[in-house]
Amino acid sequence: MKNLSLRELNLGLSNKKFSSEELTKFFLNEIKTSNPKINAFITVDEEKSLQQAKDADKRISQNDMNELTGIPIAQKDIFCAKGWKTTCASKMLDNFYAPYDSKVIELFNQHGAINLGKTNMDEFAMGSSNETSYYGEVRNPWNLDYVPGGSSGGSAAAVASGMAPAATATDTGGSIRQPASLCGLTGLKPTYGLVSRFGMIAFASSLDQAGPIAKSAEDCALMLKVMAAHDERDSTSIKHNVPDYLKNLDSPINGKTIGLPKEFFNDDLNQDIKVILEQVIDSYQKIGVNFKEISLPNSHLSIPVYYVIAPAEASSNLSRYDGVKFGYRAEEFKDLEEMYLKTREQGFGDEVKRRILVGTYVLSAGYYDAYYLKAQKIRRLIANDFKNAFNECDLILAPSCPSTAFKIGDKTEDPVAMYMQDMYTISTNLAGLPAISSPAGFLNKMPVGFQLIGNYFDEATILNFTHQYQQITDWHQKTPEADV
Amino acid sequence: MALTDKDIKKLSHLAKINIDSKDEKIVLSKLEGIIKLIDTMQQVDTNNIEPMSHALDITQPLREDVVTEENQKNDFLKLGPESNEDYFIVPRVVE
Repeated sequence: MKNLSLRELNLGLSNKKFSSEELTKFFLNEIKTSNPKINAFITVDEEKSLQQAKDADKRISQNDMNELTGIPIAQKDIFCAKGWKTTCASKMLDNFYAPYDSKVIELFNQHGAINLGKTNMDEFAMGSSNETSYYGEVRNPWNLDYVPGGSSGGSAAAVASGMAPAATATDTGGSIRQPASLCGLTGLKPTYGLVSRFGMIAFASSLDQAGPIAKSAEDCALMLKVMAAHDERDSTSIKHNVPDYLKNLDSPINGKTIGLPKEFFNDDLNQDIKVILEQVIDSYQKIGVNFKEISLPNSHLSIPVYYVIAPAEASSNLSRYDGVKFGYRAEEFKDLEEMYLKTREQGFGDEVKRRILVGTYVLSAGYYDAYYLKAQKIRRLIANDFKNAFNECDLILAPSCPSTAFKIGDKTEDPVAMYMQDMYTISTNLAGLPAISSPAGFLNKMPVGFQLIGNYFDEATILNFTHQYQQITDWHQKTPEADV
Repeated sequence: MALTDKDIKKLSHLAKINIDSKDEKIVLSKLEGIIKLIDTMQQVDTNNIEPMSHALDITQPLREDVVTEENQKNDFLKLGPESNEDYFIVPRVVE
Protein backbone atom coordinates (compact mmCIF):
# COMPACT_ATOMS: atom_id res chain seq x y z
CA MET A 1 0.00 0.00 0.00
CA LYS A 2 2.94 2.26 0.76
CA ASN A 3 3.88 3.31 -2.75
CA LEU A 4 0.53 3.07 -4.50
CA SER A 5 -0.80 6.10 -6.34
CA LEU A 6 -4.09 7.67 -5.32
CA ARG A 7 -5.73 6.10 -8.36
CA GLU A 8 -4.40 2.67 -7.36
CA LEU A 9 -5.60 3.16 -3.79
CA ASN A 10 -9.01 4.14 -5.13
CA LEU A 11 -9.06 1.00 -7.26
CA GLY A 12 -8.02 -1.19 -4.32
CA LEU A 13 -10.84 0.25 -2.22
CA SER A 14 -13.51 -0.10 -4.89
CA ASN A 15 -12.38 -3.68 -5.71
CA LYS A 16 -12.52 -4.49 -1.96
CA LYS A 17 -8.86 -5.53 -1.99
CA PHE A 18 -8.60 -3.61 1.27
CA SER A 19 -10.95 -1.49 3.36
CA SER A 20 -10.42 2.14 4.31
CA GLU A 21 -10.01 0.98 7.90
CA GLU A 22 -7.18 -1.37 6.90
CA LEU A 23 -5.59 1.32 4.76
CA THR A 24 -5.83 3.93 7.50
CA LYS A 25 -4.41 1.49 10.08
CA PHE A 26 -1.54 0.76 7.72
CA PHE A 27 -0.56 4.43 7.44
CA LEU A 28 -1.11 5.09 11.18
CA ASN A 29 1.30 2.25 11.76
CA GLU A 30 3.82 3.76 9.34
CA ILE A 31 3.54 6.99 11.33
CA LYS A 32 4.18 5.10 14.57
CA THR A 33 7.34 3.62 13.09
CA SER A 34 8.76 6.56 11.14
CA ASN A 35 7.50 9.72 12.82
CA PRO A 36 9.75 9.55 15.90
CA LYS A 37 12.79 10.01 13.66
CA ILE A 38 11.27 12.36 11.06
CA ASN A 39 8.85 14.49 13.15
CA ALA A 40 6.53 15.18 10.21
CA PHE A 41 3.33 15.14 12.29
CA ILE A 42 2.35 17.46 15.14
CA THR A 43 -0.98 15.76 15.87
CA VAL A 44 -2.19 12.23 15.17
CA ASP A 45 -5.62 11.17 16.43
CA GLU A 46 -6.14 7.47 15.69
CA GLU A 47 -9.66 7.43 17.06
CA LYS A 48 -10.86 10.30 14.87
CA SER A 49 -9.12 8.95 11.76
CA LEU A 50 -10.45 5.42 12.25
CA GLN A 51 -13.99 6.69 12.80
CA GLN A 52 -13.75 8.52 9.46
CA ALA A 53 -12.42 5.31 7.88
CA LYS A 54 -15.38 3.31 9.18
CA ASP A 55 -17.76 5.95 7.79
CA ALA A 56 -15.94 5.79 4.46
CA ASP A 57 -16.21 2.00 4.37
CA LYS A 58 -19.95 2.37 4.84
CA ARG A 59 -20.07 4.79 1.89
CA ILE A 60 -17.98 2.44 -0.24
CA SER A 61 -20.24 -0.51 0.57
CA GLN A 62 -23.19 1.60 -0.60
CA ASN A 63 -21.33 2.52 -3.80
CA ASP A 64 -21.43 6.17 -2.71
CA MET A 65 -17.82 6.67 -3.65
CA ASN A 66 -15.60 9.13 -5.49
CA GLU A 67 -11.86 9.41 -6.18
CA LEU A 68 -10.74 10.11 -2.62
CA THR A 69 -13.32 8.25 -0.53
CA GLY A 70 -11.54 6.18 2.09
CA ILE A 71 -8.04 7.48 1.31
CA PRO A 72 -6.01 8.95 4.18
CA ILE A 73 -4.58 12.42 3.50
CA ALA A 74 -2.16 14.31 5.77
CA GLN A 75 -3.28 17.87 6.48
CA LYS A 76 -0.89 20.75 7.05
CA ASP A 77 -1.44 22.13 10.54
CA ILE A 78 -2.39 25.51 9.05
CA PHE A 79 -5.92 24.27 8.17
CA CYS A 80 -8.55 24.52 10.87
CA ALA A 81 -10.20 21.13 11.38
CA LYS A 82 -13.12 21.03 13.81
CA GLY A 83 -12.16 19.37 17.08
CA TRP A 84 -8.52 18.93 16.03
CA LYS A 85 -5.70 20.78 17.68
CA THR A 86 -4.66 23.36 15.05
CA THR A 87 -1.36 25.03 15.95
CA CYS A 88 0.33 26.51 12.85
CA ALA A 89 3.42 25.09 14.64
CA SER A 90 3.33 27.96 17.14
CA LYS A 91 3.36 28.03 20.92
CA MET A 92 0.75 30.78 20.44
CA LEU A 93 -1.79 28.15 19.29
CA ASP A 94 -0.55 25.15 21.26
CA ASN A 95 -3.86 25.05 23.15
CA PHE A 96 -6.11 25.89 20.18
CA TYR A 97 -8.75 23.39 19.07
CA ALA A 98 -10.43 24.69 15.93
CA PRO A 99 -14.18 25.31 16.42
CA TYR A 100 -14.88 24.92 12.68
CA ASP A 101 -13.56 23.35 9.47
CA SER A 102 -11.59 25.27 6.88
CA LYS A 103 -13.04 25.02 3.37
CA VAL A 104 -10.21 22.68 2.34
CA ILE A 105 -10.90 20.28 5.23
CA GLU A 106 -14.64 20.51 4.53
CA LEU A 107 -14.04 19.46 0.89
CA PHE A 108 -11.90 16.47 1.88
CA ASN A 109 -14.54 15.47 4.43
CA GLN A 110 -17.32 15.74 1.85
CA HIS A 111 -15.32 13.48 -0.45
CA GLY A 112 -14.96 10.95 2.35
CA ALA A 113 -11.18 11.29 2.62
CA ILE A 114 -9.58 10.44 5.97
CA ASN A 115 -7.74 13.11 7.96
CA LEU A 116 -4.57 11.18 8.80
CA GLY A 117 -3.13 13.87 11.05
CA LYS A 118 -1.81 17.42 11.13
CA THR A 119 1.65 17.96 9.68
CA ASN A 120 4.54 19.97 11.05
CA MET A 121 5.59 23.21 9.38
CA ASP A 122 7.56 26.38 9.93
CA GLU A 123 5.84 28.54 12.54
CA PHE A 124 2.98 30.43 10.84
CA ALA A 125 4.46 29.18 7.52
CA MET A 126 7.44 31.52 7.89
CA GLY A 127 10.55 29.66 6.86
CA SER A 128 12.22 27.53 4.22
CA SER A 129 13.62 24.71 6.35
CA ASN A 130 10.96 23.69 8.87
CA GLU A 131 13.37 24.68 11.65
CA THR A 132 11.17 27.46 13.08
CA SER A 133 8.46 25.04 14.30
CA TYR A 134 7.65 25.16 18.02
CA TYR A 135 7.45 21.35 17.80
CA GLY A 136 11.00 20.89 16.57
CA GLU A 137 12.56 20.52 13.16
CA VAL A 138 11.41 18.00 10.58
CA ARG A 139 14.06 15.73 9.04
CA ASN A 140 14.44 14.99 5.36
CA PRO A 141 13.64 11.30 4.70
CA TRP A 142 16.46 11.17 2.09
CA ASN A 143 19.02 12.06 4.77
CA LEU A 144 18.00 12.69 8.35
CA ASP A 145 20.74 15.30 8.88
CA TYR A 146 19.19 17.53 6.24
CA VAL A 147 16.16 19.84 6.22
CA PRO A 148 13.05 18.86 4.25
CA GLY A 149 12.50 22.48 3.17
CA GLY A 150 9.63 24.60 4.31
CA SER A 151 7.29 25.83 5.25
CA SER A 152 5.34 22.67 4.28
CA GLY A 153 8.25 20.45 5.38
CA GLY A 154 6.09 18.10 7.44
CA SER A 155 3.71 17.48 4.53
CA ALA A 156 6.63 16.78 2.18
CA ALA A 157 8.49 14.54 4.64
CA ALA A 158 5.29 12.61 5.45
CA VAL A 159 4.71 11.76 1.79
CA ALA A 160 8.39 11.15 0.93
CA SER A 161 8.77 8.70 3.84
CA GLY A 162 5.57 6.83 2.95
CA MET A 163 3.68 7.89 6.08
CA ALA A 164 0.93 9.41 3.89
CA PRO A 165 -0.18 8.87 0.28
CA ALA A 166 -0.54 12.64 -0.28
CA ALA A 167 -0.75 15.85 1.75
CA THR A 168 -2.10 19.37 1.66
CA ALA A 169 0.27 22.30 1.86
CA THR A 170 0.34 26.08 1.41
CA ASP A 171 2.65 28.34 -0.57
CA THR A 172 3.23 32.04 0.16
CA GLY A 173 6.70 32.33 -1.40
CA GLY A 174 7.61 28.74 -2.31
CA SER A 175 6.37 26.71 0.66
CA ILE A 176 4.85 23.95 -1.51
CA ARG A 177 7.39 23.83 -4.33
CA GLN A 178 10.62 24.13 -2.33
CA PRO A 179 9.92 21.24 0.11
CA ALA A 180 8.52 19.16 -2.78
CA SER A 181 11.78 19.75 -4.64
CA LEU A 182 13.97 18.99 -1.62
CA CYS A 183 12.07 15.77 -0.85
CA GLY A 184 11.75 14.41 -4.41
CA LEU A 185 8.00 15.05 -4.78
CA THR A 186 5.52 16.85 -7.00
CA GLY A 187 4.00 19.98 -5.47
CA LEU A 188 1.56 22.38 -7.07
CA LYS A 189 0.84 25.97 -6.07
CA PRO A 190 -2.40 26.93 -7.83
CA THR A 191 -3.41 30.34 -9.14
CA TYR A 192 -4.19 32.76 -6.33
CA GLY A 193 -7.94 32.51 -5.70
CA LEU A 194 -8.47 28.95 -6.98
CA VAL A 195 -8.46 27.27 -3.55
CA SER A 196 -10.38 28.89 -0.69
CA ARG A 197 -8.37 30.41 2.14
CA PHE A 198 -11.35 30.18 4.53
CA GLY A 199 -10.10 28.63 7.77
CA MET A 200 -6.51 28.55 6.57
CA ILE A 201 -4.47 30.47 9.11
CA ALA A 202 -3.36 33.70 7.43
CA PHE A 203 0.27 34.67 6.88
CA ALA A 204 0.33 37.09 3.88
CA SER A 205 -3.21 37.24 2.55
CA SER A 206 -2.45 38.53 -0.94
CA LEU A 207 0.06 35.71 -1.52
CA ASP A 208 -1.13 32.64 0.47
CA GLN A 209 -2.48 29.76 -1.61
CA ALA A 210 -3.14 26.12 -0.74
CA GLY A 211 -2.27 23.17 -2.95
CA PRO A 212 -1.17 19.52 -2.88
CA ILE A 213 2.16 17.77 -2.32
CA ALA A 214 2.08 14.25 -3.73
CA LYS A 215 4.07 11.56 -5.51
CA SER A 216 3.14 12.50 -9.08
CA ALA A 217 1.41 15.00 -11.32
CA GLU A 218 -1.49 12.57 -11.59
CA ASP A 219 -1.93 12.51 -7.79
CA CYS A 220 -1.69 16.32 -7.70
CA ALA A 221 -4.38 16.55 -10.40
CA LEU A 222 -6.68 14.39 -8.31
CA MET A 223 -6.01 16.39 -5.14
CA LEU A 224 -6.52 19.72 -6.90
CA LYS A 225 -9.81 18.54 -8.36
CA VAL A 226 -11.05 18.18 -4.78
CA MET A 227 -9.46 21.35 -3.40
CA ALA A 228 -10.44 23.84 -6.13
CA ALA A 229 -13.90 25.22 -5.42
CA HIS A 230 -15.51 28.62 -5.19
CA ASP A 231 -16.23 29.75 -1.64
CA GLU A 232 -18.31 32.79 -0.69
CA ARG A 233 -16.59 32.92 2.68
CA ASP A 234 -13.27 33.87 1.05
CA SER A 235 -13.74 37.24 -0.67
CA THR A 236 -10.78 36.52 -2.96
CA SER A 237 -12.06 33.11 -4.08
CA ILE A 238 -12.63 33.19 -7.83
CA LYS A 239 -15.67 31.71 -9.58
CA HIS A 240 -13.95 29.48 -12.06
CA ASN A 241 -15.09 26.40 -13.93
CA VAL A 242 -12.74 23.73 -12.63
CA PRO A 243 -11.65 21.58 -15.57
CA ASP A 244 -11.16 17.83 -15.24
CA TYR A 245 -7.42 17.95 -14.58
CA LEU A 246 -7.18 14.14 -14.81
CA LYS A 247 -8.75 13.89 -18.24
CA ASN A 248 -6.35 16.47 -19.59
CA LEU A 249 -3.18 14.69 -18.42
CA ASP A 250 -2.75 12.69 -21.62
CA SER A 251 -3.29 15.53 -24.10
CA PRO A 252 -0.44 15.67 -26.62
CA ILE A 253 2.06 18.47 -26.02
CA ASN A 254 4.15 18.28 -29.18
CA GLY A 255 4.45 21.59 -30.97
CA LYS A 256 3.92 23.56 -27.76
CA THR A 257 6.48 26.05 -26.48
CA ILE A 258 8.23 26.35 -23.12
CA GLY A 259 9.98 29.61 -22.30
CA LEU A 260 13.39 29.72 -20.61
CA PRO A 261 13.92 32.95 -18.68
CA LYS A 262 17.49 34.04 -19.33
CA GLU A 263 17.65 35.63 -15.86
CA PHE A 264 17.24 32.18 -14.26
CA PHE A 265 19.76 30.41 -16.47
CA ASN A 266 22.65 32.82 -15.90
CA ASP A 267 25.99 32.24 -14.12
CA ASP A 268 24.33 32.43 -10.69
CA LEU A 269 22.60 29.11 -11.30
CA ASN A 270 24.33 26.15 -9.64
CA GLN A 271 26.14 24.40 -12.49
CA ASP A 272 25.16 20.88 -11.38
CA ILE A 273 21.50 21.88 -11.22
CA LYS A 274 21.89 23.48 -14.65
CA VAL A 275 23.03 20.12 -16.07
CA ILE A 276 19.92 18.44 -14.63
CA LEU A 277 17.66 21.15 -16.07
CA GLU A 278 19.30 20.67 -19.47
CA GLN A 279 18.35 16.98 -19.26
CA VAL A 280 14.76 18.01 -18.54
CA ILE A 281 14.82 20.25 -21.63
CA ASP A 282 16.23 17.33 -23.61
CA SER A 283 13.41 15.03 -22.49
CA TYR A 284 10.77 17.54 -23.53
CA GLN A 285 12.45 18.15 -26.88
CA LYS A 286 12.30 14.42 -27.56
CA ILE A 287 8.51 14.56 -27.33
CA GLY A 288 8.32 17.54 -29.65
CA VAL A 289 8.23 20.52 -27.29
CA ASN A 290 9.92 23.71 -28.49
CA PHE A 291 12.01 25.96 -26.29
CA LYS A 292 12.44 29.69 -26.53
CA GLU A 293 14.52 32.15 -24.54
CA ILE A 294 12.36 34.71 -22.77
CA SER A 295 13.09 37.51 -20.31
CA LEU A 296 11.76 38.32 -16.85
CA PRO A 297 13.84 41.49 -16.38
CA ASN A 298 12.55 42.36 -12.89
CA SER A 299 12.69 38.87 -11.37
CA HIS A 300 15.83 39.72 -9.33
CA LEU A 301 13.69 42.16 -7.34
CA SER A 302 11.25 39.47 -6.18
CA ILE A 303 12.97 38.74 -2.87
CA PRO A 304 13.27 42.37 -1.68
CA VAL A 305 9.67 43.06 -2.78
CA TYR A 306 8.42 39.93 -1.04
CA TYR A 307 10.22 40.79 2.19
CA VAL A 308 8.31 44.07 2.30
CA ILE A 309 4.85 42.82 1.27
CA ALA A 310 4.77 39.50 3.16
CA PRO A 311 5.97 40.90 6.52
CA ALA A 312 3.67 43.92 6.13
CA GLU A 313 0.64 41.67 5.65
CA ALA A 314 1.86 39.31 8.37
CA SER A 315 2.26 42.11 10.91
CA SER A 316 -1.37 43.00 10.33
CA ASN A 317 -2.69 39.41 10.23
CA LEU A 318 -0.82 38.34 13.35
CA SER A 319 -2.06 41.28 15.42
CA ARG A 320 -5.00 39.00 16.32
CA TYR A 321 -2.74 36.97 18.63
CA ASP A 322 -3.04 39.17 21.68
CA GLY A 323 -3.93 36.75 24.45
CA VAL A 324 -7.58 37.87 24.61
CA LYS A 325 -9.88 35.70 22.48
CA PHE A 326 -7.92 32.47 21.95
CA GLY A 327 -4.46 31.00 22.09
CA TYR A 328 -1.63 31.66 24.50
CA ARG A 329 -1.70 34.29 27.25
CA ALA A 330 1.36 35.18 29.34
CA GLU A 331 1.02 34.18 32.98
CA GLU A 332 2.33 37.29 34.66
CA PHE A 333 1.60 40.92 33.77
CA LYS A 334 0.66 44.07 35.60
CA ASP A 335 -1.76 45.59 33.09
CA LEU A 336 -3.32 45.09 29.64
CA GLU A 337 -0.39 46.64 27.77
CA GLU A 338 2.07 44.33 29.49
CA MET A 339 -0.22 41.38 28.83
CA TYR A 340 0.01 42.05 25.08
CA LEU A 341 3.77 42.65 25.16
CA LYS A 342 4.59 39.52 27.12
CA THR A 343 2.04 37.27 25.43
CA ARG A 344 3.52 38.08 22.03
CA GLU A 345 7.11 37.97 23.29
CA GLN A 346 6.61 34.48 24.73
CA GLY A 347 4.09 33.07 22.24
CA PHE A 348 5.96 33.80 18.99
CA GLY A 349 9.30 32.37 17.90
CA ASP A 350 12.23 34.50 16.70
CA GLU A 351 11.55 34.38 12.95
CA VAL A 352 7.87 35.28 13.37
CA LYS A 353 8.77 38.19 15.67
CA ARG A 354 11.40 39.34 13.18
CA ARG A 355 8.89 39.44 10.35
CA ILE A 356 6.27 41.24 12.44
CA LEU A 357 8.90 43.86 13.32
CA VAL A 358 9.97 44.27 9.67
CA GLY A 359 6.31 44.56 8.63
CA THR A 360 5.68 47.11 11.36
CA TYR A 361 8.71 49.08 10.20
CA VAL A 362 7.77 49.21 6.50
CA LEU A 363 4.21 50.27 7.35
CA SER A 364 5.15 52.84 9.98
CA ALA A 365 4.72 56.59 9.47
CA GLY A 366 7.40 58.01 7.18
CA TYR A 367 8.37 54.69 5.61
CA TYR A 368 5.14 53.58 3.95
CA ASP A 369 5.86 55.23 0.58
CA ALA A 370 9.53 54.29 0.51
CA TYR A 371 8.91 50.63 1.22
CA TYR A 372 5.34 49.38 1.01
CA LEU A 373 4.13 51.49 -1.89
CA LYS A 374 7.45 51.05 -3.71
CA ALA A 375 7.19 47.26 -3.31
CA GLN A 376 3.63 47.25 -4.67
CA LYS A 377 4.78 49.16 -7.74
CA ILE A 378 7.62 46.75 -8.44
CA ARG A 379 5.17 43.90 -7.88
CA ARG A 380 3.27 45.28 -10.87
CA LEU A 381 6.48 45.27 -12.95
CA ILE A 382 7.14 41.64 -11.99
CA ALA A 383 3.58 40.61 -12.92
CA ASN A 384 3.83 42.49 -16.24
CA ASP A 385 7.04 40.60 -17.09
CA PHE A 386 5.08 37.35 -16.91
CA LYS A 387 2.20 38.79 -18.93
CA ASN A 388 4.64 39.65 -21.72
CA ALA A 389 6.39 36.28 -21.46
CA PHE A 390 3.15 34.34 -21.91
CA ASN A 391 2.66 36.04 -25.29
CA GLU A 392 5.61 33.95 -26.43
CA CYS A 393 5.19 30.58 -24.71
CA ASP A 394 2.71 28.16 -23.12
CA LEU A 395 4.68 27.53 -19.95
CA ILE A 396 7.90 28.72 -18.33
CA LEU A 397 10.59 26.34 -17.08
CA ALA A 398 12.70 27.37 -14.09
CA PRO A 399 14.83 25.84 -11.35
CA SER A 400 12.81 25.10 -8.19
CA CYS A 401 15.60 25.89 -5.73
CA PRO A 402 19.14 27.25 -5.82
CA SER A 403 20.49 24.05 -4.19
CA THR A 404 19.54 20.64 -2.87
CA ALA A 405 18.53 20.29 0.81
CA PHE A 406 21.03 21.79 3.24
CA LYS A 407 22.08 20.52 6.64
CA ILE A 408 19.94 21.22 9.68
CA GLY A 409 21.32 24.32 11.40
CA ASP A 410 23.30 25.57 8.39
CA LYS A 411 21.27 28.70 7.73
CA THR A 412 19.47 29.37 11.01
CA GLU A 413 21.79 32.20 12.04
CA ASP A 414 21.48 34.09 8.76
CA PRO A 415 17.87 34.95 7.86
CA VAL A 416 18.82 36.59 4.55
CA ALA A 417 20.69 33.44 3.38
CA MET A 418 17.57 31.44 4.25
CA TYR A 419 15.37 33.88 2.29
CA MET A 420 17.47 33.21 -0.85
CA GLN A 421 16.10 29.63 -0.91
CA ASP A 422 12.97 31.05 -2.53
CA MET A 423 14.69 33.09 -5.26
CA TYR A 424 13.13 31.03 -8.07
CA THR A 425 9.68 30.54 -6.54
CA ILE A 426 8.68 33.92 -5.08
CA SER A 427 7.96 35.85 -8.29
CA THR A 428 5.00 33.60 -9.14
CA ASN A 429 3.40 34.31 -5.75
CA LEU A 430 3.77 38.05 -6.33
CA ALA A 431 2.15 37.68 -9.76
CA GLY A 432 -0.46 35.18 -8.45
CA LEU A 433 0.46 32.56 -11.07
CA PRO A 434 0.30 28.75 -10.72
CA ALA A 435 3.51 26.70 -10.69
CA ILE A 436 4.59 23.14 -10.01
CA SER A 437 7.81 21.49 -8.88
CA SER A 438 8.54 18.00 -10.22
CA PRO A 439 11.47 15.65 -9.47
CA ALA A 440 14.21 15.77 -12.12
CA GLY A 441 17.19 13.89 -10.69
CA PHE A 442 19.66 13.74 -7.82
CA LEU A 443 22.83 15.45 -6.66
CA ASN A 444 24.85 13.62 -4.01
CA LYS A 445 21.84 11.38 -3.36
CA MET A 446 19.58 14.37 -2.65
CA PRO A 447 16.59 15.17 -4.91
CA VAL A 448 16.54 18.06 -7.39
CA GLY A 449 13.34 19.50 -8.86
CA PHE A 450 12.36 21.72 -11.74
CA GLN A 451 9.56 24.20 -11.94
CA LEU A 452 6.91 24.82 -14.58
CA ILE A 453 5.06 28.13 -14.30
CA GLY A 454 1.75 28.61 -16.11
CA ASN A 455 -0.59 31.41 -16.99
CA TYR A 456 -3.51 32.30 -14.68
CA PHE A 457 -5.85 29.31 -14.09
CA ASP A 458 -3.82 27.14 -16.46
CA GLU A 459 -3.16 24.37 -13.93
CA ALA A 460 -4.46 21.87 -16.50
CA THR A 461 -1.57 22.65 -18.87
CA ILE A 462 1.00 22.55 -16.04
CA LEU A 463 -0.26 19.15 -14.88
CA ASN A 464 -0.44 17.88 -18.46
CA PHE A 465 3.21 18.83 -19.20
CA THR A 466 4.43 17.45 -15.88
CA HIS A 467 2.56 14.20 -16.36
CA GLN A 468 4.02 13.81 -19.86
CA TYR A 469 7.53 14.28 -18.44
CA GLN A 470 6.78 11.72 -15.72
CA GLN A 471 5.70 9.23 -18.40
CA ILE A 472 9.21 9.24 -19.91
CA THR A 473 11.23 9.54 -16.68
CA ASP A 474 11.07 7.73 -13.34
CA TRP A 475 12.59 10.28 -10.93
CA HIS A 476 9.20 10.73 -9.26
CA GLN A 477 9.06 6.99 -8.47
CA LYS A 478 12.29 6.94 -6.47
CA THR A 479 11.89 6.44 -2.73
CA PRO A 480 14.37 7.00 0.10
CA GLU A 481 14.03 3.36 1.18
CA ALA A 482 14.83 1.86 -2.21
CA ASP A 483 17.18 4.43 -3.64
CA VAL A 484 19.48 5.67 -0.85
CA MET B 1 18.68 53.45 6.48
CA ALA B 2 20.49 52.48 9.67
CA LEU B 3 18.37 51.45 12.63
CA THR B 4 19.02 52.68 16.16
CA ASP B 5 18.18 51.35 19.61
CA LYS B 6 15.43 53.96 19.69
CA ASP B 7 13.89 52.48 16.53
CA ILE B 8 13.84 49.03 18.10
CA LYS B 9 12.02 50.38 21.17
CA LYS B 10 9.49 52.11 18.95
CA LEU B 11 8.92 48.98 16.84
CA SER B 12 8.55 46.88 19.98
CA HIS B 13 5.90 49.31 21.19
CA LEU B 14 4.04 49.46 17.85
CA ALA B 15 4.13 45.68 17.29
CA LYS B 16 3.29 44.98 20.96
CA ILE B 17 6.18 42.56 21.28
CA ASN B 18 8.43 42.95 24.30
CA ILE B 19 12.12 42.81 23.41
CA ASP B 20 14.43 41.99 26.30
CA SER B 21 17.19 44.61 26.55
CA LYS B 22 19.86 41.92 26.33
CA ASP B 23 18.46 40.81 22.95
CA GLU B 24 18.19 44.30 21.44
CA LYS B 25 21.59 44.20 19.73
CA ILE B 26 21.00 40.90 17.97
CA VAL B 27 17.46 41.88 16.93
CA LEU B 28 18.88 45.13 15.57
CA SER B 29 21.64 43.46 13.56
CA LYS B 30 19.28 40.91 11.99
CA LEU B 31 16.70 43.56 11.11
CA GLU B 32 19.45 45.67 9.55
CA GLY B 33 20.41 42.75 7.31
CA ILE B 34 16.81 42.45 6.11
CA ILE B 35 16.43 46.20 5.60
CA LYS B 36 19.64 46.22 3.57
CA LEU B 37 18.09 43.51 1.41
CA ILE B 38 14.83 45.39 0.84
CA ASP B 39 16.65 48.67 0.24
CA THR B 40 17.86 47.26 -3.10
CA MET B 41 14.38 48.21 -4.39
CA GLN B 42 15.28 51.87 -4.21
CA GLN B 43 17.39 51.72 -7.40
CA VAL B 44 14.28 51.00 -9.50
CA ASP B 45 12.45 53.81 -11.25
CA THR B 46 8.76 53.32 -10.46
CA ASN B 47 7.38 56.63 -11.71
CA ASN B 48 3.92 56.28 -13.24
CA ILE B 49 3.60 52.63 -12.19
CA GLU B 50 0.27 51.72 -10.65
CA PRO B 51 0.80 49.91 -7.30
CA MET B 52 -0.41 46.29 -7.32
CA SER B 53 -2.11 45.43 -4.05
CA HIS B 54 -3.51 42.15 -5.20
CA ALA B 55 -2.65 39.35 -7.61
CA LEU B 56 -5.94 39.51 -9.45
CA ASP B 57 -7.59 42.81 -10.10
CA ILE B 58 -10.93 41.97 -8.56
CA THR B 59 -13.44 44.01 -6.60
CA GLN B 60 -14.86 43.12 -3.24
CA PRO B 61 -17.88 40.85 -3.77
CA LEU B 62 -21.09 41.75 -1.95
CA ARG B 63 -23.78 39.45 -0.65
CA GLU B 64 -27.25 39.78 0.82
CA ASP B 65 -27.28 40.85 4.45
CA VAL B 66 -28.65 37.58 5.83
CA VAL B 67 -27.46 35.41 8.69
CA THR B 68 -25.41 32.52 7.32
CA GLU B 69 -23.91 31.01 10.46
CA GLU B 70 -25.72 30.10 13.62
CA ASN B 71 -24.67 31.83 16.82
CA GLN B 72 -21.59 30.09 18.22
CA LYS B 73 -20.96 32.47 21.08
CA ASN B 74 -20.38 29.77 23.66
CA ASP B 75 -17.93 27.84 21.49
CA PHE B 76 -15.88 30.94 20.88
CA LEU B 77 -15.99 32.20 24.47
CA LYS B 78 -14.67 28.83 25.60
CA LEU B 79 -11.52 29.37 23.54
CA GLY B 80 -10.58 32.51 25.46
CA PRO B 81 -7.90 32.31 28.15
CA GLU B 82 -10.42 33.92 30.55
CA SER B 83 -14.11 34.56 29.98
CA ASN B 84 -17.49 34.62 31.70
CA GLU B 85 -20.78 33.74 30.01
CA ASP B 86 -20.85 36.92 27.94
CA TYR B 87 -17.38 38.42 27.67
CA PHE B 88 -13.68 37.79 27.28
CA ILE B 89 -11.96 39.03 30.41
CA VAL B 90 -8.85 41.25 30.34
CA PRO B 91 -7.03 43.23 33.05
CA ARG B 92 -9.00 46.28 34.15
CA VAL B 93 -8.37 49.29 31.88
CA VAL B 94 -10.80 51.83 33.36
CA GLU B 95 -10.62 52.59 37.07
